[in-house]
Amino acid sequence: MMHIIDRRLNPKGKSLSNRQRFLGRARKQIKKAVDEAIKGRKISNTDGGERIKIPADGLGEPRFVGDMTKGMRDRVMPGNKDFVPGDKIKRPPPQGQGQGGREGAEDGEGEDSFQFTLTRDEFLDIFFEDMALPDFIKKSIKEEVVHEYHRAGYNRQGSPSNLNLELTMRNSLARRLCLHRPRDEEIDQLEEQITALREKPAPTEKEQQKLVALLEELEKKQRKRRVVPYIDPLDVRYTSFTEIEKPNTHAVMFCLMDVSGSMGETHKELAKRFFMLLHLFLVRQYSKVDVIFIRHTHLASEVDEETFFHSRETGGTIVSTALEVMQKIIRDRYPPDDWNIYAAQASDGDNLNSDNARCQQILTRDLLPLCQYFAYVEVWDTHEAEMFPDDSNVTRLWQTYETIRESHQNFAVKKVTGPEDIFPVLHDLFAKDKTSEAR
Amino acid sequence: MSASKKVKTKMAPLFDGAEWDFDKVNRSFQAIQKIALEDLGLNVYPTQIEVITSEQMLDAYSSVGMPLMYNHWSFGKSFVRDEASYRKGYSGLAYEIVINSNPCICYIMEENSMTMQALVMAHAAFGHNHFFKNNHLFKQWTDANAILDYLQFARTYIAKCERRYGEREVEKILDSAHALQGQGIDKFTRRQKLDIAAQRQKELEREEYERSRYSELWRTLPEVKSKNTDEIDLIEQELAQKLGLPESNLLYFLEKHSPVLDSWQREILRIVRQIAQYFYPQRQTKMMNEGCACFVHHTIMNRLYDTGQITEGTMLEFIDFHTRVIAQPDFDSPHFSGINPYALGFAMMKDIERICENPTDEDREWFPAIAGNNQPMATLREAWENYRDESFILQYLSPKLMREFRLFNLHDDSAKPHFLVDAIHNAQGYRAVRSALAAQYSVASLDLDIQVTNVDLHGNRSMILSHNITNGMTLEEKQARQVIAHIRRLWGYDITLNSLDTQSGKIIKSYSD
Repeated sequence: MMHIIDRRLNPKGKSLSNRQRFLGRARKQIKKAVDEAIKGRKISNTDGGERIKIPADGLGEPRFVGDMTKGMRDRVMPGNKDFVPGDKIKRPPPQGQGQGGREGAEDGEGEDSFQFTLTRDEFLDIFFEDMALPDFIKKSIKEEVVHEYHRAGYNRQGSPSNLNLELTMRNSLARRLCLHRPRDEEIDQLEEQITALREKPAPTEKEQQKLVALLEELEKKQRKRRVVPYIDPLDVRYTSFTEIEKPNTHAVMFCLMDVSGSMGETHKELAKRFFMLLHLFLVRQYSKVDVIFIRHTHLASEVDEETFFHSRETGGTIVSTALEVMQKIIRDRYPPDDWNIYAAQASDGDNLNSDNARCQQILTRDLLPLCQYFAYVEVWDTHEAEMFPDDSNVTRLWQTYETIRESHQNFAVKKVTGPEDIFPVLHDLFAKDKTSEAR
Repeated sequence: MSASKKVKTKMAPLFDGAEWDFDKVNRSFQAIQKIALEDLGLNVYPTQIEVITSEQMLDAYSSVGMPLMYNHWSFGKSFVRDEASYRKGYSGLAYEIVINSNPCICYIMEENSMTMQALVMAHAAFGHNHFFKNNHLFKQWTDANAILDYLQFARTYIAKCERRYGEREVEKILDSAHALQGQGIDKFTRRQKLDIAAQRQKELEREEYERSRYSELWRTLPEVKSKNTDEIDLIEQELAQKLGLPESNLLYFLEKHSPVLDSWQREILRIVRQIAQYFYPQRQTKMMNEGCACFVHHTIMNRLYDTGQITEGTMLEFIDFHTRVIAQPDFDSPHFSGINPYALGFAMMKDIERICENPTDEDREWFPAIAGNNQPMATLREAWENYRDESFILQYLSPKLMREFRLFNLHDDSAKPHFLVDAIHNAQGYRAVRSALAAQYSVASLDLDIQVTNVDLHGNRSMILSHNITNGMTLEEKQARQVIAHIRRLWGYDITLNSLDTQSGKIIKSYSD
């Protein structure tokens, strides 16, 4: 009568394909929701999914349903307290159809929108979907394409080093079989018989006739062997390669971060989060981008990822030192003719006053002409942002950079006042559609 | 309680503590089965119990509880929704899912305690199972033997179509078909049994045969022009007869007569229709079905306790759970979301038991046939077999229960600024409240009356649908327009939907695409 089956080990995720179909269908709304969602949340390098809420338009499953606000109906309800027949109850205002909560009001959201959780991968994929490094391929090095060889079938011509033995021998064998080229063994056999006959001291008439016949056959076969060669030029095949033009995609991203004393914990946190996200974006979308980390106080140095994100240091602020280090690294390792160069700089805008002019000089004269894109992000903590709400109170460095921006298309400045700004700023800076960018 | 009368000897507990294992499940099942078959006299399909994890439970949810369902994004949508609300703790997972099939498949969750497993077995494997096997609606409309095979067939068929015609194309048809799910049910004719072998054969035959039939039908078109109006009327009548108009099963009509669908698209409509049909009895018997299952589990658990087969701890856990399941919040409570079918169902079953065993004078007056007959199980089994929610309430809802639930009827006329309380749980109101409640469970109030009434085969092939308005309730316009767009996709030509006043036959509102 009863049968018990343990299904726990059955593959789970039976709904995965339905889930993907749903995500595919809702892609547009999800994208929008993701962009919305990141405004209000901290960028976390934690695992776990992102909860998003999307409007139900386009995902509706329409049905013929009655309009509950029209017509007449009776509703039997439980829990009468003191109603007697004939009581009149004022109709509640239209939203939240009717008394108490009927269906729809129950989950608070009804059919207008609904929430669900994306996995971290799904979230990042969607978030980075429309971001790209601007001018990824340098115009000047576009012509200098890299050639890569790819296997492309077989060819009748080619250099001996590419001779494909297997295929050649297979063709040869097939041809020899078809054309009945006598095999070595057949010739050997004939020759043996001939020798045996010849060695006979007194051959009979019959034997002599046989010898003649054998000799004739031998000659015929040998002629055939000459006509049908062991390997004919027809058989020969060469492995073929074709050249594929690959555009040069050498790219390097310089991450410049101010870690001086004036940067408070919140500033550093913001800057680090910004770079962390930038890094995530680069690693995810471009497998072959070099990332160079430079941090500076009044001195600047190139550091590895670990140090950049995790170690502490303090000191004064001279921004130009970082720019100089960047300049030097470019000179030493990344010849601008061969490399797409990007840079992102984060700072609180404090700088030794006398240094601003120098920064401007280095940038405009040396760096910007070499760079595809240079993004400056100024981090403010929330107190500062509250104290100086309007844009007139800007830092000196900002002023300086602002003047540069006006004259250079490949330069962008952005301000970040809280974790919630980071996503949008990064998104603006690296939006695929460059028309909306640069402000 | 009858249990304490019958049984004297105490037995050893079947299990102790929360952990379950297969041995305990098996032992409990045997004990439960003994009570169910011998004491309650239930008649059930063999049971297949499947242990699953909570994740698998979520999976099963999203595809309307069916173990094999074809793929469609809407199932993904309900999956992400259920998942989100489960993870946030808004809703728990069901403790079981039971499928009306032979053998009857019960899913139980790994995370349940042993008490819950016993409860679930009593509830689903015997309560629901008995109901599925014996209720006349299920017997008439569904075929427990064939459903799993049919679902398998549907899944493979749709996957095959996706490979051949592309996911997008199949999705379009499914979207449109799903929009008409509620209009895909035969309400008046008995359906043929699903037979999988015949199904395949038919599918092939249809592919060959049906096209010719359709062209035959449309070939009458050009001839018509030269005829006078009388003849046209005659032909129209004939045609309507041929088409079986009016037809309330829109999916069926489109499947058979749409001029634009390919045979595979018709087959998909058929699949959606068959599955909708399969769920049709469930909607009409929800309250009774749950009531039956709750009554069965309640009786069985009590009997297990009386005979010492479950411990006091288990019993307390059970009572705690049971009370929560059958709670009925009042209309003014924030938790109120209509009448809880578990609460009303269970209360009615217990009430019938009481009327059979300890009737009052009032009961004797209201239920002379069963009051004091001392055969509660036979009476209940008879009710489970022959009624649906609507008729069950009309027949068995007692004044005592209406008082206990403090039921009242609220008349809502949208033309008036006030709701009117027009009947309550008193002598003048019992019958009115009872019929009003029954009407809420009636087919008429569950389903809208929408039919294909005319197809213009002389002209533009447009289709006219009629919606007969009941109680002045018009259609929700936005969705109605979207559904009409879906019908248009399936029919290929213009669609007009008229909402008609039932009395005067006047068109109140007309929608077209």
